[in-house]
Amino acid sequence: MSFDFDSLIEAVNSAYPGAVKEKIEYRGETTLIIDKDRISGVCGHLKASFGFTFLADLTAVDYLEIRMPRYEVVYHVHRFGPEIDENIRLRLKAEVEGDNPKIDSVTHIWSGADWLEREVYDMFGIVFTGHPDLRRILMPEDYEPFPLRKDFDVRNREASKRSFERALREGGD
Amino acid sequence: MGVNSNSLLGGDGFITTTIEAFANWGRKNSLWPMPFGTACCAIEMIGVFASRFDLSRFGAEVARFSPRQADLMIVSGTITYKMASVCRMIYDQMPEPKWVIAMGSCTCGGGPFDSYAVVQGIDEFLPVDVYIGGCPPRPEAVIDAVMKIQKKIDLEGAPIL
Repeated sequence: MSFDFDSLIEAVNSAYPGAVKEKIEYRGETTLIIDKDRISGVCGHLKASFGFTFLADLTAVDYLEIRMPRYEVVYHVHRFGPEIDENIRLRLKAEVEGDNPKIDSVTHIWSGADWLEREVYDMFGIVFTGHPDLRRILMPEDYEPFPLRKDFDVRNREASKRSFERALREGGD
Repeated sequence: MGVNSNSLLGGDGFITTTIEAFANWGRKNSLWPMPFGTACCAIEMIGVFASRFDLSRFGAEVARFSPRQADLMIVSGTITYKMASVCRMIYDQMPEPKWVIAMGSCTCGGGPFDSYAVVQGIDEFLPVDVYIGGCPPRPEAVIDAVMKIQKKIDLEGAPIL
């Protein structure tokens, strides 16, 4: 028995019309392109009605000068079925614009999204609205650039040095 | 130093020396390292302390995780700018006289990590006495560095008071 993604898409689209923009099958992996404004509703529906209880990963991609909109937030959700062939991994992608990038948080659905969204914010500067504590998680709190953006010079250590010197003066990290 | 076994001046003999030579002799043979291990080099440093390489043969086996009881900082592993302020704070807490070994390519010059987050050599913020290259260096290289520190203490010394 294989999982019926088409009936899943139908159910999601009837609950949130137009939410699933596209389905991509590649080497046995299924990716759904989701309308960014409905991401929180779709994720809640997938968890409540289809048993996708586990958010395995949440990350982002910067497509600067490759395509518009610039960013893509990627979710890997997992469902632990009662049978071994009902273990389903599903990838969701939501396109986010380059100016003032913003998307709804999914922390109220999977609390494990908390640090993952903080990491995406830290590295890409994508704001997750509704996140309970959206601070930088890896870089120092007073660090200004978003280092995984493609227009950031990866060898530029100036901002790191400023944070380091401030930490030396004031103590703490 | 001179040894005298004249029975009139003491039964088992006595040694003449200067206070400075005596203090430095004690210092170089009882280095207490502060192991600042942040990455894979730390594993090799632990190997230096353990029985096969046994740094206690050089009097430096008492790894103190309190900087206040240490006089030799072995920085082993990649140091990011976020960690650098912590590293400097630990160094500042160590009492004088103190020495620093930069262990491995990362601490010497950033290693392969030419990136926004990694310090390109800990001598940006610490006075390093001995550099050890390698990724990671062999334990013998670390022992060699400790012996170089001992030689440095012997030759240069440090203020007694």
